Amino acid sequence: MTRNAVEFRKSSEKSSLDGKQQGLLAKAVGIYLGKRDSGRKRFRDWEGARRQAEAIKTEALENLDMYLSRFIEKVKERGGTVFCAEDESSARDYIANLAVERGVKSVVKSKSMTTEEIHLNGALENKGIKVLETDLGEFIVQLLGQTPYHIVFPAVHLSKGEVSDLFHEKLGSEKTDDIEGLTMIAREHLRKEYCKADMGISGANFAVAETGMISITENEGNARLTMGLPKIHVAVVGIEKILPRMADLALFLQVLPTMGTGHWMSCYNTLVGGPRAKDEIDGPEEFHVVLLDNGRSKLLADKESREALRCIRCGGCLNVCPVYQTVGGHSYGTVYPGPIGAVLTPLLRGLKQWGHLSYASSLCEACTEICPVRIGLHKRLLSNRRNYADKYGPLAEKLGFKVFAFVSRRPLLWRMAGALASAGQFLYPLVGWFPGNPVKGWTKGRTLPHITWKSFRNMWADRGGKSI
Amino acid sequence: MKITLFIPCFVERVAPKTGIAMAEVLERLGHEVEYPEKQTCCGQPAFNSGYWKEARSTAEHFLDVFNPAEIIVAPSGSCTAMVKSGFGELFKGTDRETEAAELGGRTHEFSDFLVNILKTVDLGARFPGRVTFHDGCHSLREIGVKTPPRDLLSWVKELELVEMEGADRCCGFGGTFSVKHPDISTAMGKAKCANIAATKADFVVSNDPSCLIQVRSVIERNGLAIKALHLAEVLASR
Amino acid sequence: MKDGVESLLSRIKTALGNDPRREPAERNYRDLMPPAGGSGEDRIELFAKNVTALSGAFMSFGSLDEAVERLKKMAIDMKWKKVACHGQGNAFKAAQSLGLEVLNTDGGYAKLDLENCDAGITECDALVAQTGSVLVTARNAGGRGLSVLPPHHVVLAESSQLVSDLSEAFEVLENKYGSNYSSSMSFITGPSRTADIEQQLVLGAHGPKKLTILMF
Repeated sequence: MTRNAVEFRKSSEKSSLDGKQQGLLAKAVGIYLGKRDSGRKRFRDWEGARRQAEAIKTEALENLDMYLSRFIEKVKERGGTVFCAEDESSARDYIANLAVERGVKSVVKSKSMTTEEIHLNGALENKGIKVLETDLGEFIVQLLGQTPYHIVFPAVHLSKGEVSDLFHEKLGSEKTDDIEGLTMIAREHLRKEYCKADMGISGANFAVAETGMISITENEGNARLTMGLPKIHVAVVGIEKILPRMADLALFLQVLPTMGTGHWMSCYNTLVGGPRAKDEIDGPEEFHVVLLDNGRSKLLADKESREALRCIRCGGCLNVCPVYQTVGGHSYGTVYPGPIGAVLTPLLRGLKQWGHLSYASSLCEACTEICPVRIGLHKRLLSNRRNYADKYGPLAEKLGFKVFAFVSRRPLLWRMAGALASAGQFLYPLVGWFPGNPVKGWTKGRTLPHITWKSFRNMWADRGGKSI
Repeated sequence: MKITLFIPCFVERVAPKTGIAMAEVLERLGHEVEYPEKQTCCGQPAFNSGYWKEARSTAEHFLDVFNPAEIIVAPSGSCTAMVKSGFGELFKGTDRETEAAELGGRTHEFSDFLVNILKTVDLGARFPGRVTFHDGCHSLREIGVKTPPRDLLSWVKELELVEMEGADRCCGFGGTFSVKHPDISTAMGKAKCANIAATKADFVVSNDPSCLIQVRSVIERNGLAIKALHLAEVLASR
Repeated sequence: MKDGVESLLSRIKTALGNDPRREPAERNYRDLMPPAGGSGEDRIELFAKNVTALSGAFMSFGSLDEAVERLKKMAIDMKWKKVACHGQGNAFKAAQSLGLEVLNTDGGYAKLDLENCDAGITECDALVAQTGSVLVTARNAGGRGLSVLPPHHVVLAESSQLVSDLSEAFEVLENKYGSNYSSSMSFITGPSRTADIEQQLVLGAHGPKKLTILMF
């Protein structure tokens, strides 16, 4: 097992027993599911809308060179600067160097999974630049020194008491269990920071090729402030975020929140296309778009798996995944947790190091069912497994399945194996301690199923059933 | 109709009564039921673990055995789904692709078969007790079976059917997942049992034998007062 | 410094290979979306319902004067001392008539000054019945900060600006601005909100806690 796999195992074992976290997650999920169901019903044809979303994103991906080219051209036309980062370090370097060159002392950030992906905060802090997360959930986990627990709800695993203690410790505020009060503490603290910051960094939910504008979806208003107030705005955007046309947003801006948070429309959907125009009152003087590749173009070449690039990061699959709800976001050890994380991380960051995530699923297909852009998530888990087993399958497992296949083609052998298992099961307590026993984990919390001596075949014969 | 029984390995050696019950129900409806002795497995464990060559080998044997059958019925959503859609992945681009697709079209999950093919809901069954139904994930999402089991149960005399919260949430079995990630699997099984217990039902019924193995194992370890039964056994009760 | 554009495009071309490119998908989702608020009274009713469901306030008047009267009452009830506005049109006139200190963002403003206003009054580019949204642009609503910094955002909209659905709103933008879009455009749907702590809804996370739309 790779180190990541070992850490995942340890972490998920621990989380599986963490009733408190599971309780908080379960509560969040319960609220979400109700909203999601009524959100879907608002659509006159939800399944049709999903198919449209799938078709448009597929069109974008399969013509990505053309649409990206157009996007870049339009951004430049409007006075923006574009940098295409092949990997996370060149993205980091570009932004850090820019900040240093411009004498940036403090940065405010709105929620961006791509900036997590490139580990940006640390790089800026190393240059002596203060970095402040402004999304409430992100702000909280930043104070805690943790990574986000969920793509859309970064602090879903914390109780109000924990937040109150945290604010008391780090901000010097009075302890309170009034959630509105806690929110206002964060609001007050961050207000001043927006006005002082030299640079605002955001991600983007969509990048519109037709007009060279990025679209950012949020509920709090911190992204509007992050993008509107500081002198420099930097947006880090995955290359797969491209949408062909402005008008396509009429579909996506409603589909995204329905699955992500259960709202029919998020509070603020902002389109930004460049620094302030000449006739405008305010806004940044500089606008930089960092287009992030970091493995995406390689995935694009994989025809079977490229559909995973349709992801619009709504968080819906996390919300319905029973595995995610059991182990939580941190166990995965990745930027993207949950089903999409289990699919994408091996594809973007390497099958050998991360393939084990694709196995951490019962393949219940709830994710596929909910995905607004119809990614066959469980199918991608299966194809990841196939590719992983092919290259890195443990020898014992490979041999085991070869034997399985051999025996399964020979009914007599198969029956004998069944009879052996039945006869031998009484010996299990004696051999169960055997290291590497695959069934050992089962018995920690469950009884072993009983293997009957009389098989169906025997019972059928006894009853005079017709056999062929 | 001549119906050929597809008896999954868990039924063969862990819950053979399920297979007998299913056959009884079909015979009572006047159909001829036969059992191909040479069947072994559909290959799902190998397929799900990523060993597709080995899975295909097993699946080829399945095709050979079941090819002559007109109608194939299985008391398992996950095994049926394997034949209906997993085989599609395994045989894509091979010379048995069409054969596999056609076989998939003739293979049905038990409750789906009764309600949607035979158009029967009342089997004259009697089963006193408070029952809650657990949806096997593959039945639900691969094959689209949600109402047929509930329709069938609603006609069973003296049976009180209650819906649990999260009936459609995975029980945590997931085949090899249950032994590869036993802690997660067990936690999911416990969550499922908590939902079952909250209904105060005496019985949890499912149309998937693997779900029943999982749930029963958690029930037994925790000494809960619930019995886990297959839908076929309820429908065969008189 | 190299901008990496050429090599990115080259990597993508290679990834896509020589397969024939997919034709643009047909866009026929408009009828699949949530109800779009037909016309006339239906449209106003739908807009009102959506705004209210999100804790926004919506009021319809026969004339701008009536709307401004209502605004005066609001200013008194909420004890406003200072308001912000933009331009020389309706928002400015309405702000002036309140008899309070007025900050006009035209020509620039100090951020903390704007922060200290009790309300920000703006015009808009459209109201959207389907979602209960207000469309503002930096060009037409006094910049990027005015509609998000003060704790109460008041929108003055003409009834002809109420469109049925988001698709129509994008048409409005295209017709009005052609390819010369404002550098920042926002669909505002309700007051600012968050549920990041134990999923409990709180209004006014960072943006305005109150949103009032006055239509005439």
